[in-house]
Amino acid sequence: MAQRTMIEAIRDAMDVMMSRDDDVVVFGEDVGYFGGVFRASQGLQAKYGKSRCFDTPISELGIVGAAVGMAAYGLKPCVEIQFADYMYPAYDQIVSEAARLRYRSNGQFTCSLVVRMPTGGGIFGGQTHSQSPEALFTHVCGIKTVVPSNPSDAKGLLIAAIEDPDPVIFLEPKRLYNGPFDGHHDRPVTPWSKHDLGEVADGHFAIPLGRAAIRRPGNAVTVLAYGTMVHVAASAVAETGVDAEIIDLRTLLPLDLDTIEASVKKTGRCVIVHEATLTSGFGAELCALVQARCFYHLEAPIARVAGWDTPYPHAQEWDYFPGPARLGRALIETLEA
Amino acid sequence: MTDYAPLSLHVPEPAVRPGGTPDFSNIRIPRAGQVARPEVDVDAEAIRDLAFSVIRVLNRDGEAVGPWAGSLSEDELLEGLRHMMTLRAFDARMQMAQRQGKTSFYMQHMGEEAVSCAFRKALKPGDMNFPTYRQAGLLIAGGYSLVEMACQIYSNTHDPLKGRQLPVMYSSREHGFFSISGNLATQYIQAVGWAMASAIKNDSKIAVGWIGDGATAESDFHAALVFASTYRAPVVLSIVNNQWAISTFQGIARGGSGTFAARGLGFGIPALRVDGNDYLAVHAVAQWACERARRNLGPTLIEHVTYRVGAHSTSDDPAGYRPKTESEAWPLGDPVIRLKNHLIVRGAWSEERHKQTEAEILDTVIAAQKEAESHGTLHSREHASARDMFEGVFSQMPPHLRRQRQEAGV
Repeated sequence: MAQRTMIEAIRDAMDVMMSRDDDVVVFGEDVGYFGGVFRASQGLQAKYGKSRCFDTPISELGIVGAAVGMAAYGLKPCVEIQFADYMYPAYDQIVSEAARLRYRSNGQFTCSLVVRMPTGGGIFGGQTHSQSPEALFTHVCGIKTVVPSNPSDAKGLLIAAIEDPDPVIFLEPKRLYNGPFDGHHDRPVTPWSKHDLGEVADGHFAIPLGRAAIRRPGNAVTVLAYGTMVHVAASAVAETGVDAEIIDLRTLLPLDLDTIEASVKKTGRCVIVHEATLTSGFGAELCALVQARCFYHLEAPIARVAGWDTPYPHAQEWDYFPGPARLGRALIETLEA
Repeated sequence: MTDYAPLSLHVPEPAVRPGGTPDFSNIRIPRAGQVARPEVDVDAEAIRDLAFSVIRVLNRDGEAVGPWAGSLSEDELLEGLRHMMTLRAFDARMQMAQRQGKTSFYMQHMGEEAVSCAFRKALKPGDMNFPTYRQAGLLIAGGYSLVEMACQIYSNTHDPLKGRQLPVMYSSREHGFFSISGNLATQYIQAVGWAMASAIKNDSKIAVGWIGDGATAESDFHAALVFASTYRAPVVLSIVNNQWAISTFQGIARGGSGTFAARGLGFGIPALRVDGNDYLAVHAVAQWACERARRNLGPTLIEHVTYRVGAHSTSDDPAGYRPKTESEAWPLGDPVIRLKNHLIVRGAWSEERHKQTEAEILDTVIAAQKEAESHGTLHSREHASARDMFEGVFSQMPPHLRRQRQEAGV
């Protein structure tokens, strides 16, 4: 066991997998010599050589397209898109190619591929370094979508993603790289070294995709969250004193619906929170599933707390970000409904 | 007040439209045998002229001439002729089957048979093509079963792709034929990635990417050239310039560039143009490029200059966008007739044997078609099952799909 930041945990996961499996290759913009703009791949080129960890031209389409070809050959590429906001040129290769290759070739060609991308805001990144595009992936058949909320999960889930025989989109909440951000931007940053889940086991371990984790058991209301919002939820719950059950989804697709259903049937209330914009966000899917499964147990309308339906602003970041105050109000309203 | 005249937009037009007289006088075609054959380790810069010329082997008299001649034996040429004739016969039958309502869609190769049939003979077991929908010659010349092709086209109970793919979007890993996407150009960068993987693993296999003239305008084409150039990937990048992208003439994608091959020059990739209707030239150039890839000398860009005689697919009528007689005016002739004439000139073939072979091939194709039809056609009662629709989305079916399959009752 060692205390690690989320970036260190992600690097460790790639390191473990590169050492165990020669077919694992890591590449992307600035990923090789420099080790990535967030330093996730730092040292991997020196350790595994230039043919297994290298820099690419600035072409997200090229990165994912080449990775699809490599995966069809039999490699296991784990590529980085520098920011999730930059993935759109690669979207066709993800949606029409990676996601459908197994299906359309009846399993003759498969695509064991991980596309890592830093996601979410909270770093004054403006429109082009802050987006949360997870719903654009969960809507696509044939890919899995993972969003870790802490170093230990990040490592275990990334190892599972690399080992998965299908393409996985691995969204890394960049505001969590160095600490469990609870939404209070005006307070000092807590480092991962002071958090339980900053303890990361050494060596190889995998957290199965498709299983949620209950971060806080409770009876009054179920909060469905993932990524940064797991910590925002913890903070909102502590400040309002509501006995909420916080579920960290971890994998959005496949979704651990059983855990969600059991919780909402117990609490009778549900608040969904994500940083991505509200309309057609993943919360809409969660809302539909919860009402279909738990309608006769619900004692209040399902509430959604999300980013406003605007582009991610710069100066207004903290007006946009669904922080603990907004979530707290939703919790109270849901309890009083 | 401005000193300049108002700006105006330039939109290229083909030389002739329906009703006009076909005119290919703008296509410069050197005599067969005229273009030099450089060593495979030549510097791209030293052969810039090959991106603007046309490598040809068969002359008007049906003789094989010049430095690119002689890459195939007589037996191999006879086999090649059979492959092209088989592809043409298969196309004719499947085109008819579509008209009879046995499938939804078909795309034929008429006029372009030499490109994929001859190229295939330069490849080795294990090499991988990333084809478009008009390279079925890669399968036929590689010995793939006509029955399986027809079953795929019919989406029947024996369809190797279980009815999930549009007709002609074949896939055969065993035959070095990557699953056809249908989204244009996506496969080009994938071919480069596959080749990079082969190099990463110190393997000996090479990849071939295929693209049409129109789709070179996609970003994927440029990403492929950048990656191939940067990592010197063991890949051959083939452009099939058949003059037409559905109704759009090649000038719309090519723009002000002299040729499509010239696109390679800025990337430092050796680029050659070849007479795509000349079986011998296509093979010789393919072999040259594959040799470069196998020797780890990096990528090669080949523009196959050919002509799409038929419609783009069963969904369009070329009479709406080009003169009806344009294909007859195409200056590079018909690939089957040219190879046939060459073999006759060599004394290895005759009109009589050709007719006889044509009849034999038709019998073979009809037999394959009948066998495929015994497993159903698209609209017959027996076709790929609804249950298969839910399989293979993931390696293991996730719970939500299991629920949906139950709901569908299949």
